Amino acid sequence: MIDNRKIESERFLPDKDIENCGLFGVMNTSGTRFGGEMAINAIKNMKVRGNGLGGGFAIYGLYPQYKDYYALHVMYENKNDEAKKNAEQFLHENFYVVYDEEIPTNPEVDVFCPPLVWRYFITPHKKEINGVSEDEYVISRVMDMNKYMQDVYVFSSGKDMGVFKGVGFPEEIADYFMLDKLYEGHIWTVHSRFPTNTPGWWGGAHPFSILDWTVVHNGEISSYGTNRRFLELHNFYCTLYTDTEVMAYAVDLLMRRQKLPIEVVSKIFAPPMWNSIKYMKEREKQLYTTLRMVYAPLLMNGPFTVVIANQEEMIGLTDRIRLRPITAGAKDDFVFLSSEEGAIRYVCPDLELAWTPPGGEPVVARLNSKDHLKSLNKSV
Amino acid sequence: MYSHLLPEFVVERREDRCIRCRACERQCPNGVHVYDSDLDTMFSLEENCVGCQRCAVICPTNALSVRHHPAEYRKNSSWTRDRFQNLKKQAETGGVVLTGSGNDKSYRIYWDHLVLNASQVTNPSIDPLREPMELKTFIGRKPDTLKINMEDGEPRVESELHPNLELETPIVFSAMSYGAISYRAYKSLARAAKESGTLFNTGEGGLPAEMRAEFGSNAVVQCASGRFGVDKDYLNSAAMLEIKIGQGAKPGIGGHLPGEKVAEHIAVTRMIPRGTDALSPAPQHDIYSIEDLSMLIYALKEATNYEKPVSVKVAAVHNVAAIASGIVRAGADIVAIDGLRGGTGAAPLATRDNVGIPMELALAAVDKRLRDEGIRNKCSILAASGIRCSSDVIKAIALGADAVYIGTAALVAMGCTLCQKCYTGKCAWGICTQDPYLVKRLNPEISTQRLVNLLSGWSHEIKEMLGGMGINAVESLRGNREHLRGIGLQEWELNTLGVKGAGE
Repeated sequence: MIDNRKIESERFLPDKDIENCGLFGVMNTSGTRFGGEMAINAIKNMKVRGNGLGGGFAIYGLYPQYKDYYALHVMYENKNDEAKKNAEQFLHENFYVVYDEEIPTNPEVDVFCPPLVWRYFITPHKKEINGVSEDEYVISRVMDMNKYMQDVYVFSSGKDMGVFKGVGFPEEIADYFMLDKLYEGHIWTVHSRFPTNTPGWWGGAHPFSILDWTVVHNGEISSYGTNRRFLELHNFYCTLYTDTEVMAYAVDLLMRRQKLPIEVVSKIFAPPMWNSIKYMKEREKQLYTTLRMVYAPLLMNGPFTVVIANQEEMIGLTDRIRLRPITAGAKDDFVFLSSEEGAIRYVCPDLELAWTPPGGEPVVARLNSKDHLKSLNKSV
Repeated sequence: MYSHLLPEFVVERREDRCIRCRACERQCPNGVHVYDSDLDTMFSLEENCVGCQRCAVICPTNALSVRHHPAEYRKNSSWTRDRFQNLKKQAETGGVVLTGSGNDKSYRIYWDHLVLNASQVTNPSIDPLREPMELKTFIGRKPDTLKINMEDGEPRVESELHPNLELETPIVFSAMSYGAISYRAYKSLARAAKESGTLFNTGEGGLPAEMRAEFGSNAVVQCASGRFGVDKDYLNSAAMLEIKIGQGAKPGIGGHLPGEKVAEHIAVTRMIPRGTDALSPAPQHDIYSIEDLSMLIYALKEATNYEKPVSVKVAAVHNVAAIASGIVRAGADIVAIDGLRGGTGAAPLATRDNVGIPMELALAAVDKRLRDEGIRNKCSILAASGIRCSSDVIKAIALGADAVYIGTAALVAMGCTLCQKCYTGKCAWGICTQDPYLVKRLNPEISTQRLVNLLSGWSHEIKEMLGGMGINAVESLRGNREHLRGIGLQEWELNTLGVKGAGE
């Protein structure tokens, strides 16, 4: 990510991936952990939204016994033992490795070229290293591994969370990693991928993750080039050429680094029209005008729906003119976000509320709050 | 000395249609049409004709057509007709061959080798007739990030912002000075800019005092090497200030307004004696280096209490990317790049046709350099020269421009036919002249309307093309070269433009 690579001409940049997808997310806002049945069944219900070239899950509240340690899910392609040795040497040099093991898989599930996937629970040697925070230190080491190590790719690196993904329909990935049998969490997000121009690659499936932030995304952003260039100004260099990567870096920049609340960030990604801003109260008008002026290059133009999550929050957002679907649902402490309402009702037949948030209006499910209901009275 | 020049144009008059109304005679400032009352016949002095088409348009019976003269020298690829004529002209006068308007040579026009994208299947195109489509553009320096604090759950911007200007459409009228063009033409630009929510540029000839209250907030005022008309009130009346270092039509040399054009009001506005030549020095004599430029930028900012963005306009020359980077680091809020095809009221032909590089390449290079250096956000880029239609505008934006300057296109909208005789002061269309008889034929109401129509027509077309690409705000196209593809370009050209070839 942090890279001073200068390209000779943008002409040589690879083409962007084009993909359309299905998304689902479920959270228990009281923090109670639950199994994967709902997420798996819901995404199975939206089978036509994927084509079997990528599926993945992000689970929060995954490793309570190791919640103070960064959990690295690392994939070794071609089951490359040499790569594993190098990576482990690198990890031992840079971190304390508290515990590590192979992520158990079900050998009876037939998936396409499965890599070896291992998990490590690690912590940096010191709280702060040369003025760099723990988080930044972990990020830069993880990026180094992704970039420079052959056959090594880190799926996720947050605390008390993990990403499981691969080539196949999401339910196949779930079976392969035995998600429904082995794990519980208070947030599950899932993605089913329908790429149109790339072959399947285990690392290319969603969710994308930076520390404990994950992004699952459906859409093709027409502003990709503008967004990418702006992120480069902030030293985020895209290497995967997907819209989701751009979205993930933008979230990292605005939410983690600049600590802007999602309510503001959503107005950067999907700002109100000038015609609406014109009629706002003076203070709001000034805020939105300034946001649009300064963050114009981060407007995500064209269709998208995104589900962003971290340990505390699960957020759903669709583009400013709602060109991709999203439905929110709630029952007791459960909040659902889905590409299709049918999938929510399939896994929660006695749903209390279901609503469609308007374009640019985030649905924010937070631990121990009812914030997700804020978008209810604005629903379409 | 008997002239060896061949006439440039032939005037054909259909006698069966001519009603001897003598309108052509009255309209022609070059004395081409002559009436012989004894014979009741119109004659044409073709050697005087500049091909401006005024007579052909005015003729009530469509009796006139003006075409290139068929007389030809022996075919010679090296010695073209232009070269013959220019050389002979110099042999007769011993002077510099002058010309007006932009470079007309056949250098590659990159706009014509770039094509745009549209959405199909994987994302939807957007219909501008049914959905909002936004062209609003801010020009000026932007902070890298905003500091936002939450107060009682309400976000509040803490960062201090640099002055920015809001444009309703990313098209600005380029610098054309009062003196070079007539008061009516000048005022038409000001009125059209105001009506369309954009800016006009005063050029280096000052802003007449009586226009400041009404049009100041739409004016970009220039501070050029001659410093004509510059004082505190002039600077403070404007929306934006521009230091003119160079002009695309004549990089490396200054402006030249002959004394004959310096009438009373122009003299007052420029703060020079009436009838004196207004010659701008080639360089700004207080800017011999980048640190000098920085001092002038901050002098202007001091004079205007840091309330107005400052632009620096340079001609596109070989190392324009490095120059632009220096300009941004010197403190400019806007970099204006004027390319090879930029217009002029008067320039030596040799300079106009041979100095500078095409704006498309310069723009791509500047945008890339500023991004590589991480300072692209610190300035806006205004691209000038050779913009002929809305698709040129949109391609410039996709290459990285924040907005474009249009000069020639605006003049054409008012009537100009690019006869390239601006320097003679005998513009038959009343635009580039100070002759009261010629000026009064330009109706400022109608000219304003034509300019407003031009901007509105182009804006509609830009919206159509944006919508086709699945984009509903112009900022999402800025620098988005993924939406461009090149056709018929060589490897190095594609590389410089940073654009893939069609099909790649």
